[in-house]
Amino acid sequence: MTERRPKVVGFCCEKHGFDSAVLAARSGRQYDVSVRIIKVPCTGRVDGIHILQALEDGADSVFVLGCLEKNCYYDTGSIEGRKRVDYVKSTLADLGIEKERVEMFNASSTMAWKFPEIVARMTEVARRLGPIGKGGGDK
Amino acid sequence: MIVAKRKPMAEIADMVAPYKKVKVIGCRSCVAICLAGGEKEVKTLVSALRLKARKEGGKQEFEGLVVERQCEKEWVQEIEDKILDSDLVLSMACSLGCQTIGDMYPKKLAFPALNTGIFGVPEEQGVWSEKCMGCGNCIIHTTGGICPIARCAKSMLNGPCGGSSNGKCEVNLELDCAWYAIHERLKLQNRLELIEQVSPPKDWSTSHSGGRRVYVREDAKLTQHQKKGKEAVR
Repeated sequence: MTERRPKVVGFCCEKHGFDSAVLAARSGRQYDVSVRIIKVPCTGRVDGIHILQALEDGADSVFVLGCLEKNCYYDTGSIEGRKRVDYVKSTLADLGIEKERVEMFNASSTMAWKFPEIVARMTEVARRLGPIGKGGGDK
Repeated sequence: MIVAKRKPMAEIADMVAPYKKVKVIGCRSCVAICLAGGEKEVKTLVSALRLKARKEGGKQEFEGLVVERQCEKEWVQEIEDKILDSDLVLSMACSLGCQTIGDMYPKKLAFPALNTGIFGVPEEQGVWSEKCMGCGNCIIHTTGGICPIARCAKSMLNGPCGGSSNGKCEVNLELDCAWYAIHERLKLQNRLELIEQVSPPKDWSTSHSGGRRVYVREDAKLTQHQKKGKEAVR
């Protein structure tokens, strides 16, 4: 029987976050291709409900990747994103669900090494913690 | 508006734990504006509770609904079938909404997911402050439009007291002294003589101390005949 592949979802801003993933691919860096990238205009657009919905729909871990905080394309978008991620983490902790399933990261579009590092970290979290509950709400 | 705050997630989870079919009902009025119980907050709570139930292997069903104004029977009636088809209604409205559901369907359980707090105004994004206590006898025309009952820590009618220092309150140095603010406002309005007028003891019979208050506007009230007519139309 084949091992269940961990499910990682990444909300990446289209300015720096997503570009760092593209650059990582173009420069031949390896990362787990099973990560599901959701491109968003800005991480300030990501709301707690999007992250919770991803977990509910079967993601084992979710990350949000935005611009560097002092160099955000929309000035404060990645700061907003971090606040939402912190809110979700505290909600999960209150409910006894591992808060490390959700993380916020920042990268510039030139940081080709960062995206594989993030994916590796979140894949490791997903593998270690497994799905939430029996079946994990797989879709 | 009425400002409320969501109860801690763990408390809500404990409250709903024994029930299988749970309807989470929000309100699009005050609690939506103060980001406590609107559409988005209902979806977030439902999603979080589903995750918790799944983690614990429970078979709970959560459904989120939002009504225009949960404190009005007409709006609640629109989701009557959903309420009747539940083991528990978790109200994300203020206490008024939760009690309206409880009064309309006394056999059903309606629990509050929010702590109803204050009559407040938004000061800035994410900040609401109390400016009225609903004492039933408004005097702000004599105090420069600032309510000393709600905004003075001692609800003093003649102030400031000796604890006012540099515009701050002795009870909490982060609080502005309401009477200092009243003085400054009256000065701005050239009505400073008002602060020297001594206010007599307040008539508190209009406040909550006399028990539950009911306000009636006779001209808007339906007569028995009109009520019968309305029933017939239904």
